Amino acid sequence: MPDIRIRGFAGGINSPNPFWLASAPPTNTGEMIMRAFDAGWGGAVWKTIGEPITNVSSRYSATDWNGLRMMGFNNIELISDRSIEINLREMMEVKKRYPQHAVIASLMVASNREAWHDIVARTEDAGADGLELNFGCPHGMSERGMGSAVGQVPEYAQMITEWVKEKARTPVLVKLTPNITDIRAVARAAKRGGADGLSAINTINSITGIDLDTLTPRPNVDGKSSHGGYCGPAVKPIALNMVQQVMSDPDAALPFSGIGGVATWRDAAEFILLGCGTVQVCTAVMHYGYRIVEDMIEGLDSWMDEKDFKTIEDFRGRSLPKVTEWKHLNLNYKIVARISEQKCIGCDLCHIACWDGAHQCIHLDRESGPVDGHIEMHPIPAMSEMQSRAAITETPVSRKERATAGLGSDATPLSRIPRVDETECVGCNLCSLVCPVDECITMVRVENGLQADTWAERANDARETRVQRT
Amino acid sequence: MSIAILPDDPQLRERFGELKPPLTAQAAVIEANRCLNCFDAPCTAACPTHIDVPGFIKRIASGNLRGSAMRILDANILGASCARVCPVDVLCEGSCVLHRQNHKPIQIALLQRHAMDNFHASSRKIPAVPRIQNGPRVACIGGGPASLACAAELCRRGAQATIIERRPLPGGLNTYGVAEYKLRAADSLREVEMIQKMGVEFRFGVSVDSASVLRELEAEFDYIFLGLGLGAMQRLGIPGEDLEGVVNALELIAGYKIGHIRQVHGTVVVVGAGNTAIDAANAARRLGAQKVYMVYRRSEIDMSAFIFEYEHAKQEGVQFLWRMQPLAIKPDAHGRLQLETVQMQTMNGSLVPVPNSQTTIDCDMVVPAIGQSPLAQLVQDLRGVEVRDGRIVADRATGKTGNPRYFAAGDCVNGGREVVDAVAGGQRSARAILQSAGVTYA
Repeated sequence: MPDIRIRGFAGGINSPNPFWLASAPPTNTGEMIMRAFDAGWGGAVWKTIGEPITNVSSRYSATDWNGLRMMGFNNIELISDRSIEINLREMMEVKKRYPQHAVIASLMVASNREAWHDIVARTEDAGADGLELNFGCPHGMSERGMGSAVGQVPEYAQMITEWVKEKARTPVLVKLTPNITDIRAVARAAKRGGADGLSAINTINSITGIDLDTLTPRPNVDGKSSHGGYCGPAVKPIALNMVQQVMSDPDAALPFSGIGGVATWRDAAEFILLGCGTVQVCTAVMHYGYRIVEDMIEGLDSWMDEKDFKTIEDFRGRSLPKVTEWKHLNLNYKIVARISEQKCIGCDLCHIACWDGAHQCIHLDRESGPVDGHIEMHPIPAMSEMQSRAAITETPVSRKERATAGLGSDATPLSRIPRVDETECVGCNLCSLVCPVDECITMVRVENGLQADTWAERANDARETRVQRT
Repeated sequence: MSIAILPDDPQLRERFGELKPPLTAQAAVIEANRCLNCFDAPCTAACPTHIDVPGFIKRIASGNLRGSAMRILDANILGASCARVCPVDVLCEGSCVLHRQNHKPIQIALLQRHAMDNFHASSRKIPAVPRIQNGPRVACIGGGPASLACAAELCRRGAQATIIERRPLPGGLNTYGVAEYKLRAADSLREVEMIQKMGVEFRFGVSVDSASVLRELEAEFDYIFLGLGLGAMQRLGIPGEDLEGVVNALELIAGYKIGHIRQVHGTVVVVGAGNTAIDAANAARRLGAQKVYMVYRRSEIDMSAFIFEYEHAKQEGVQFLWRMQPLAIKPDAHGRLQLETVQMQTMNGSLVPVPNSQTTIDCDMVVPAIGQSPLAQLVQDLRGVEVRDGRIVADRATGKTGNPRYFAAGDCVNGGREVVDAVAGGQRSARAILQSAGVTYA
């Protein structure tokens, strides 16, 4: 059994597993957090505590895609609307009843030293295992000089981190905003300010959509809307990139709690592979409830077992060396697409994708005979469509006609199984991405006998040549 | 003239409730999202009218329902009825590539119906096309799918078309001959009304049954399109066929659909095993018959009905008597009928009676359903239009006959296929007529 416990994260936070709830509605109250711990969550970052605010209704909107709900999720809710006293009293209760679980206090107060010293002292007295400084909230609070207004200015972020560190006895995490040109600038500032760890990403500025009847963007608050913070599955690739950027920068890298579209154990594994020590989840829980953590734990556990990873540390950061700058990629690595005749169902999406979105090298010429070469050698897709629409088709009514009708349950006809012209294929992956059948299109390495070569090396060679000439 | 609307009949509605209920709006979007949007889609190729299936389905997914319906109507003016009556298992849905992935083809018929129902409910119209100056005038004989499609296509391209129908209602078999639980007569008429609003003219109660009527039409019109369909049901050719209580399948179906036959009782014997025979047998069950037998002289594997129709009939409680040939129908003393039959067997490749195997079935109604005979009588009078094996000889791609002013398509040419085949043929004929008249179109 792999050990997925977290020990001494960011200098001292322990939790039974790396799955934490992010500071958000699912961690609004002590009662909720205790139910989450019962469900299996290893830690929770308390809904940001500060001077209570007044919220609006409505507060959320979402981006659905292709019939799926909440591919992306957007909110304009502010920090906790409950008093600091109530939050801290409940926190004390939670810590008393769940001493093994991580309870992190997310904090946001006005940008003055006393206010920060005060809130740090009070939350640590309440038993918080660590502090998370909310320098990321992109809506509402930023208009009041807090949240991302701090997180977008490295000097502010460093200064407040230093104030907190003057007082704090528990680990201090700085939560970063992605609404910035280069997230490393603030990460470095936090590190300079003495932060023990980082968490990212906070939500991304967003307008999810506009109601085409009322012409009002969502969410609608009495006929008006305001930009919110975007999260959910849609933001995961952005989050992964930012995690990688920070973790690959020695001046910025710190123990990292990864956030952004984590919904399954697979997502969690990916964040950890880029160096995260824990992950935080919000949208998936708002969608399905606390129960999703069961599969996250089981799935990670069994994947680790399969890969023979004994602890989280065994694979944490293992993918970081596999990310490099483009200039170090091997220009002589050559792959081509191969289409499995047995698996192809004949949708021909690869054909049209290659013609209209790539390099015109997937053809429907299995029956007529292969023709390799550039675009002018082949009939264009519109010709195929025109031909099949000009054909006369009749309903097969007799038994004999029906037997030879070539219905979909039979094998894919050769005329609909596309062929890759490997002399033209650039190995872009597009066909394998659009193919709806698992492992039908595979990208296969073609040995070209060439040594690995990179743009950096070529540029270097060119420079040396120039130097020699002069 | 406005098309007569059939009065709503609650009893009919209840007894012939729709076999396949429509999709809800959200179910339609979910289903539409499943569609892979294949390139040069096999479903489109399999459809005789080549409806751009992924095109209309993705318009449902995007919420462009008006565009979806127009996409269907562009290819098939009877999109609403085809959505209900097409044997999609052997057409679009049968060719869906998802059969090969997860064995669950897209429910194309229900999606098409969704788009078309929405169109009809929205009181939208097909945009009018300006009439071509001195364009061809075309008479379409027969008010069924082939003529409707031909006339609509002519009209959409600016020509003038008049439908000549002998019955009081238009639509042909769509109105009179399709089981009500598949296609309600009212829905067929609604579709015809849409075609009428496009500018197609209708003349009802006109029988084209003599050379003189034809001559008059020839004088009035430049071209004549023959969308005659098939003729009367074939007779069994046995004694007692004209007794009261012998009602052929089409009479039975038309009778209940327009309210002439309200109910049947007792035991009904349907003779034949085609799709129409099954419609009649199911109708007899729903109209109140306690027992319905289907008598067929060959075996189960020889029946021409689609497999899904056969399965449906079994679910309706129809019982099948294989290898049984009717010999005579006789009245009994109590006003009922006796159908005398003999068991059949195959010997040396031909069907012969089994000696001493006669049986008599006591019944209340005998329904001959052994196919329609072609309208040979009329077309023999048509000059220069060849009739072979009871079918009009016409080019499949153009509907051209031996007479340059006559075009033909649908059942009278193909011997009896599906509505969608008639629509495709009628549409192709319309284009050929325009080409013949020198009308060019984009």
